[in-house]
Amino acid sequence: MTETNDQHIVNSGTSLDIDARIRQFLIEQFGDAILKDEVFRGDRQYTVKAEKLYSICRALQDNDSLDVRWLADITCVDWLGHPEEEHGRFEVVYNLCSLSHKYRFFLMARLPGDNPRIQSVVDLWHGANWLEREVWDLFGIRFEGHPELTKILTPDELEGHPLRKDFPLTYEQPKFSWNLNEPPEIVK
Amino acid sequence: MATGEKTITINMGPQHPSTHGVLRVIVELDGETVVRARPVIGYLHTGIEKTMESKLYYKALPCTDRMDYLAPMSNNLGYCLAVEKLMGIEVPEKVKWARVCLAELTRINSHLVWLGTHALDLGAMSMLLYTFRERELILDIYEACGGQRMMTSYIRIGGLAHELPGDFDVRVRKMVDTISERMKDYEGLLTNNEIFISRTKGVAVISAEDAINWSLSGPMLRGSGIARDLRKDAPYSGYENFDFKVALGKKGDAYDRYLLRLEEIRQSLRICRQAIDGMPEGPYRAHVPGVVLPPKEDVLYKMESMIFHFKIITEGFSAPVGSVYQGIESPKGELGFYITGDGTNHPRRIRVRPPSFVNLACLPKLCEGRLFSDVVCAIGSIDIVLGEVDR
Repeated sequence: MTETNDQHIVNSGTSLDIDARIRQFLIEQFGDAILKDEVFRGDRQYTVKAEKLYSICRALQDNDSLDVRWLADITCVDWLGHPEEEHGRFEVVYNLCSLSHKYRFFLMARLPGDNPRIQSVVDLWHGANWLEREVWDLFGIRFEGHPELTKILTPDELEGHPLRKDFPLTYEQPKFSWNLNEPPEIVK
Repeated sequence: MATGEKTITINMGPQHPSTHGVLRVIVELDGETVVRARPVIGYLHTGIEKTMESKLYYKALPCTDRMDYLAPMSNNLGYCLAVEKLMGIEVPEKVKWARVCLAELTRINSHLVWLGTHALDLGAMSMLLYTFRERELILDIYEACGGQRMMTSYIRIGGLAHELPGDFDVRVRKMVDTISERMKDYEGLLTNNEIFISRTKGVAVISAEDAINWSLSGPMLRGSGIARDLRKDAPYSGYENFDFKVALGKKGDAYDRYLLRLEEIRQSLRICRQAIDGMPEGPYRAHVPGVVLPPKEDVLYKMESMIFHFKIITEGFSAPVGSVYQGIESPKGELGFYITGDGTNHPRRIRVRPPSFVNLACLPKLCEGRLFSDVVCAIGSIDIVLGEVDR
């Protein structure tokens, strides 16, 4: 394996200039909300306080010169049973891009395992609607203020959130609903 | 009009030929005008991400083919690049060139299927027969490479599964020449076809601002005039060495996206030709003991290679703690793999950023206030594959 010393090189199609500017902007405006700031394999990753995430996204979107307008993805990582869990079991990841600067960076927020919730960004990006519904469906993160936080991929009868690490990989299949009104029959 | 007053709600799909799979759309109509459209997905959800997380890095690869089954090589490429980024592997030059060529073949393949089915939806039957005839040439190349026509799994972590077939360049050249010639036929059938124009021009329009706000990518975003192409913006696998143009639309309607995809096929043919002309010599797999499988020839005759082969197959390799994201420009848009390693030989998280899923979310925006027949055109022009939407 080639050992790359990439701690100081940001290479995801980026110019160093915009990387420094966004970093400066975040530190000036939200200095105490930034918990961790690192570059891993060329990806800039900020861990921020969950309750500040919405206002950070909003400030970034409102800033014309930074032009962070394109939300690529929202996802989540479940750290159950790993030493990382002490910072919070769930790590919600927002993948943001500035199209004009060809720059990508990540905002992460840690949420507790018990009743995880974070403010929705649907009123900033329409594209967040399905992405947040998917994270709710598969991880059970509640996005507050989402207009319609319902299941999107799994069947209605399925209880639990399949991508959590405590959800078993093989499991009795749910009954598919051709008639929703009948209560599902659990076959053990 | 208030919902339910004089409207009728009808159900389209999940078994409907023009939904390209198992997409269901609940449409509320006032006369022939769509008041509300609500896509329902998940009929094909098989938990591919969960399955991949339960496997070794090496063994999760075949799952990627099964998402966007019209573009298997793109999916393989995205996953392999992400794992290579996580592990810090540098692949040989030849592998990069071969991967670019294969990824562009995949783009042509996917766009041909799109062209045939989209035209079929809008009433032009014969297109499907022509585009599938040409697609066969590409599937033959896949078969010569990895032995499979659709679920290729040919691009592997650190390189390719086998050496490229001896007549690879001959086959690709033949394919490029044939399709370049046949493009004239497609254009002749559709571009100035009055029925096709009236079904697509000014239909399923999305403005540049909306396209950004809805997180669209690929032809959906470029059709609205935004020059976003990861091959240019964040080059991967050596795309910076190739000379090609990014096609752009102006109005963001279905007709612009049709012209744009045709232009993308032409540019892909150019890239394929360049890749064949300039393909360097070299090994087809990186030499990274313990992470990348040694070539099969070595396993049979060299003790050390055999040990590594055995170790990688049985216990895999451990990735560092950390997350990487690698996006590639798949035929449908930005396909991204977000992989989190946790110090063990299993990935903690593999997230696929599916372009079809994100693009499909804007379907209500494209349809509402338009005629019911335009729903078919809108679904077609988004270019979805339900295997990828639902995963």
